[in-house]
Amino acid sequence: MKRVMVTIVTESVLERQLTEELKQLGVHGYTVTEARGEGSRGVRAAEWEYSSNIRVETICDEQVAGAILAHVSRTYYANYAMIAFTHEVEVMRPEKF
Amino acid sequence: MANNLLDPVILFFVLGLTAGILRSDLRLPEALYETLSIYLLVTIGLKGGVQLAESDPSGVIVPALLSILLGIVIPPIGYVILRRLGRFGQADAAAVAAHYGSVSVVTFAVALTYLDRLQVFYEAYVTTLLVILEIPGIAVGILIAKLGTSRGELKLGRLIHELFLGKSIFLLLGGLIVGYVSGPEGMAQVSPLFFNLFRGALAFFLLEMGIVTARRLSDLRRVGPFLVGFGIIMPLFNAGLGIAVGLLAGLSVGGITVLATLAASASYIAATAAMRVAVPEANPTLYLTASLGITFPFNIIVGIPIYYWAAQLVRGVGG
Repeated sequence: MKRVMVTIVTESVLERQLTEELKQLGVHGYTVTEARGEGSRGVRAAEWEYSSNIRVETICDEQVAGAILAHVSRTYYANYAMIAFTHEVEVMRPEKF
Repeated sequence: MANNLLDPVILFFVLGLTAGILRSDLRLPEALYETLSIYLLVTIGLKGGVQLAESDPSGVIVPALLSILLGIVIPPIGYVILRRLGRFGQADAAAVAAHYGSVSVVTFAVALTYLDRLQVFYEAYVTTLLVILEIPGIAVGILIAKLGTSRGELKLGRLIHELFLGKSIFLLLGGLIVGYVSGPEGMAQVSPLFFNLFRGALAFFLLEMGIVTARRLSDLRRVGPFLVGFGIIMPLFNAGLGIAVGLLAGLSVGGITVLATLAASASYIAATAAMRVAVPEANPTLYLTASLGITFPFNIIVGIPIYYWAAQLVRGVGG
């Protein structure tokens, strides 16, 4: 069964806020991991204390994924270091997502 | 000042700085760094609490009120300088100014160990002043950033949570209360861990701070010479204000030195977290490089001895 995985890499300061918003947008679960790396926002990447990076992943249907991307691009792209992308994944238990 | 450079705490900082500049792979594990920072915050709180319990706490009121005033006036001054002379945008200027209004706990700890080493007396309530000074500068900075810009609503609840329940304030305040309530006798049971090991832990922590600071140095070129100058002149100016306030509050030479150091220091934890939430359009590279890359090393290496020297001078002249 096909589902969409949304991956968001961003500043860890946003973790609580972002995961709450994801739930409001209709996701059933998510995974947060610490992340490291470099990107175009190197200039604004704050790597001190609260400013390490996280990777938030969630699997949902296409509609919710679209809503997530629209929401984060509207809310965060201007002022925060963030990338978000999706890819299609195969899941065993579609009712979970 | 040369004497200060031979302090192991400062030497560890220089060691970390060197490791960072030479791109050594040295890094403290994040868990250790976290543990050390929690340990330092709790210990500073406990120490302050015990000292408060041993003294008459009513003496703190006037210095506390004057310190709040200090926290309130520093950010607008910094803001005007950054706007007018540095031609910074409103958000950037306000965010940088807020960092200078708030304080650096590690700089404070280095000042106390400096005075302890020279066996200079300072008032028991200086830790209370530290806690008091953390917040107002940040609040005023946010206010300045928000005045005039109507866009972007302020998430007040989240901000207050961030400010008062953030790790640093919570642990400092918590330690202060525990130390005060249990008093010197109670603290005797835990003093081998908290007090005897403090300087060693601080030295270890500064090793990591050196590495982090070195990483900011590569941003110096990007932020431009104005901010570099600001990162040195502003603490000197603020220390002057701190000395004036300390004199007004009737503090001792040690107390004036601590207050000058607090006024001169710039936050890079509490203020940074708050600015990221409240003023996201401000560029973090600017305020982090100024406070962590310039002002922090300046204060711990040359600033504190200068403030001590100046405090002796004004106390000597004033009688």
